[in-house]
Formats: sequence, C-alpha cells, structure tokens
Amino acid sequence: MIPTWAQIGYLVSAVCFIVALKALSSPRSARTGNLIGAAGAVLAVLITFAAYKPDHLAPILIALIIGTIGGVVGSRRVQMTQMPQLVALFNGVGGGAAALVALLELDEVSSDATVAAIASAFTILVGAVSFSGSVVTFTKLQELMTTRPVTFPGLPVLFVASILGGLALGVWLVSDPRVWVGVLLCLVGLAIGVMLVLPVGGADVPIVISLLNAFTGLTVAAGGYVLGNTLLLIAGTLVGAAGTLLTKLMADAMGRSVFNILFGAIRGGSTLGAGVASERPVISGGPEDVAILLGYANKVIIVPGYGLAVAQAQHVLRDLVEELQSRGVKVDYAIHPVAGRMPGHMNVLLAEAQVPYDQLREMDDINGDFKTTDVVLVVGANDVVNPAARNTPSAPIYGMPILNADEAQRVIFLKRSMRPGFAGIENELLYDPRTTLLFGDARDSLTKLLGALKTV
Amino acid sequence: MTESIALLTIFVLAAFVGVEVISKVSSTLHTPLMSGANAIHGVILVGAIIVTGSADSVIVVIVGLLAVVLATVNMVGGFVVTDRMLEMFKGPGARKKELHK
Repeated sequence: MIPTWAQIGYLVSAVCFIVALKALSSPRSARTGNLIGAAGAVLAVLITFAAYKPDHLAPILIALIIGTIGGVVGSRRVQMTQMPQLVALFNGVGGGAAALVALLELDEVSSDATVAAIASAFTILVGAVSFSGSVVTFTKLQELMTTRPVTFPGLPVLFVASILGGLALGVWLVSDPRVWVGVLLCLVGLAIGVMLVLPVGGADVPIVISLLNAFTGLTVAAGGYVLGNTLLLIAGTLVGAAGTLLTKLMADAMGRSVFNILFGAIRGGSTLGAGVASERPVISGGPEDVAILLGYANKVIIVPGYGLAVAQAQHVLRDLVEELQSRGVKVDYAIHPVAGRMPGHMNVLLAEAQVPYDQLREMDDINGDFKTTDVVLVVGANDVVNPAARNTPSAPIYGMPILNADEAQRVIFLKRSMRPGFAGIENELLYDPRTTLLFGDARDSLTKLLGALKTV
Repeated sequence: MTESIALLTIFVLAAFVGVEVISKVSSTLHTPLMSGANAIHGVILVGAIIVTGSADSVIVVIVGLLAVVLATVNMVGGFVVTDRMLEMFKGPGARKKELHK
C-alpha cells in the first residue's frame, strides 16, 4: 500500500502537470510552465524511490543516468528543422516503456481482476503500436525511407486481420493473463503500428505524431490503472485527452478527417502527388525586379513554408524583413497552421531566427488583410496558398483552409523549380499574370534580394 | 470494487481537464505543446521503477531496466527539448534589447 504522504506528493505532481499544460498556452508563461512540469516529474520520481523502496537500486540508478544522458544529448544536438522526428522518437520510447511495464506486471494481475487485465492488454497492444508507429514516422521524417505513402496489395486485409488478431489475443489475455500471450500481443501491436503509418504520406505524418502521442498518453493512463497509481492515471489521461484534441485541431486545419489522413492512401491514394513539372508559361523575374516590387510597397505579407527551413534561410529572411521595415514598409508573417512539418513548427523555426512572435500572425487573423496588401512574398510554400483548395472540388486539398494570397495586388514566389508541392497538384496562382517567380534556392534568392534591395 | 470506481472517476475527470486546458492554446505553440505533453507521459518512468524494484527474476529486472532507460529518455529529453524551443520564443522588443547589449 502506498503511504498517504506519497499519495499527496503524487497529487502535487499531477497538479504541476496540469499547471504546465495550462501555462503552455501562452508564449509568456510557457517556459515557466515547462519547468513546473519538469519539477513535478522529478518530485514524482523522488517520491517513488522513497515510498516503494525499490530493490535493485544501483542498476535502476545507472539506467536512469543512461536515459538522462541519452535524452539530454538527443535534445541538445537536434536541429530545429528535425524537431518533428525527435518528438516522434521520444513519444515512441515512452510507448515502448509503457508496454514493457504492463508486460512485466502481468504476473501480478490475478485472473479475477477483469478491468485490470483489460487495462493491461490495452497498454501492451497500444504501447507497441505507438512504439513501432513512431519509429516508422521517425524514419519517414528523417528521410531514411521514402516520404511517399507505401502500400502493397494485401495491406488492408493484413491490417484488418492484425487488428482482429490483436483483439482476440487481448480477450485471451483478459481471461488468462499469461506472459507469453502478452508477448504475442506486443508483437501484433508492433506489426499494426508499422502498417498504420506506412501508407501515410509525408505531409500528413505530423497528424500521426500527434495521434500516437495521444495513444501513448492513454497507455500510460491504463498502466496507472494496472499499478493502482493515480499519478500515472492522471498524467496519462491528461496527455491522452489533450493529444486527441490537438490531433483534431490539426486535422481541421488541413480540412481533412483523421480517418481520411490515416486510410486515404489505402482507399484510393489521393495523397499521392504527380511530382511532374509543368510546361505552362510563367512570368519569372530577377532579384532586382522583385526588390523593386518589395521596396516600394506599403504593405507586404510574407508566407513562409518548409522550403524556407530546408534552405536554412530563416535568418536571411529576418534580415530582409528588417531592411524592409527600416524603409517604412509594413511587414507581417502569415503562418498557416500546418506550415512546416508539424503544426506550429514554422513558429519555432522563425523564433529560432529571433523573429518576435507578435509579427507572426495566424491565418484567421490575417486573411482579411490580403485585399489591402501590395505584395505577398511566398517563400518555400505552395499548397497553403493554392486557390484549388477553394475552387476545385476534385483537388485532394479541396476544403483545406488557405491563406488568401491571391487577393493581394502582386504575388512573388521564391521557388526552386516548377515541381508541385507536397500535395502534388498544380497551383493556378503561379500562372496568374500578377504573379512573379524568382527561381533558385531560398537562401541564395533571399541574399540576392537583400543585396538588390539596398541599391534600389 | 470501490477503488476501481474511484480510479474510473479520476480518469473521466482528468480527461475533461485535459481537453479544457488545451482548448485555448494558440497554434503558435502547438509544437512546444505537443513536445511538452510528450514529456509528461514520460512519467511512466514511475511505473518502470516500481515494476523493476519489485522484480524477482533476472529477466524481469533486465526488461524493467530497459523500460527505465526508455522512459527516462522520453521524460528528460522531452522537457529539455521543450525548454530549448521555448527559450527562443521572445516577446516584442526582446531582440532589440539583445542587439543593444
């Protein structure tokens, strides 16, 4: 039995977690909030050592040190552009840990404790799904494998069969909690995780990270139930609920359902892009032409996309914006909710380049302003300004809320080539007579633009 | 059975709290938020320590220790990387101050 003081300590930890999540909702309080969360976690670990007096203390401490070093090194070394895959990886190991804990606890679950057995089965299965799903997500985002949807003819059948098999094993485990059944269940979970993420295209992977995050949260909650530990129950449920909501918010921002994102490729491959460059005529200009357009405008809106981050051009862009501002041009950044490789990713990337967050404006806030804007500068983005999302019901991105760049007087695209974006569809805006294209690597182009701007 | 009901009650209430605290988050902070929430579920470390600490057989200890390592990576890495991201979110004027230093 856990002593009362430890229970109260766990309650304090749980409150820390709630406060942390709450504080993360504002840029001003977010950093403090995260530290409060970390303090809650440290407190929880200390209480666990004091209250449970675990055996094998030395190996546990060594494992803690190894894990700490791994976590700190990983999170210090990572580039901000690689943030999504790191989050996926951390999420995966958490899910894996939860599955292992439930597996080891199977011996303690008596066959008459039905609810605990169900919770164990859930933790093992979903924890394993979360682990292998996150690993596949990581390899896709790190581009160790193709970012395109991967399917094979028997996949849907095999997927459904695995889920049925997982459920059957789960029922077996509930009626007769044996470790080897748990191990089988774990293996089936791993297979399901792989098959769940393989058919998802690169652009949709962020949603999957969020969903798997919610899964891991729920497995931790179920693990807390099995162990009779209220802290795990509360923390896991918080993350599960928050993650589910976040997943839905992101899917709404892309104008698609979570079901469509996960199973779209299996059903008809709408996320598959053509990937072919078009031959239609466009108006392209040199850095000087574009610099004149920008330098003599009253109001400019910048639309940054992942191409900006790939070219590591955030800092040059910020310099360009500061140069424009010093000339008296009003400049705003318009941030689409899914700009970058995960929601809010672009904000992190621009924050890294020390762009103050009050210059970053959200889609709903800025969309009315495009009508009165002289020039929109689109850097490394495409789908988020594609009017097909509004006008072409047959387009895969139809229904996705977009930035109304087409309402501005002039539009400038900085692009590497005429290849379509992630969604693989033509962007009519590129062929509009009001549009000018500046071809080249985003960093090169911006550097040339900045130089040209100083002379016009 | 009353303990099960108590745990179930906690689960349901915590779910509502989770939805409530997140519902007003600006999309600016979605990435740090996801990463922060990710760190919080690293608290499964507590479970890993409990299971390993009460283990009798060598195999259970080894698997338990693996769970401890994985959970620690999740928790520590999660909080550190979230802090690293949030460190960069500076308010209006923060950059100017730095330039004047």
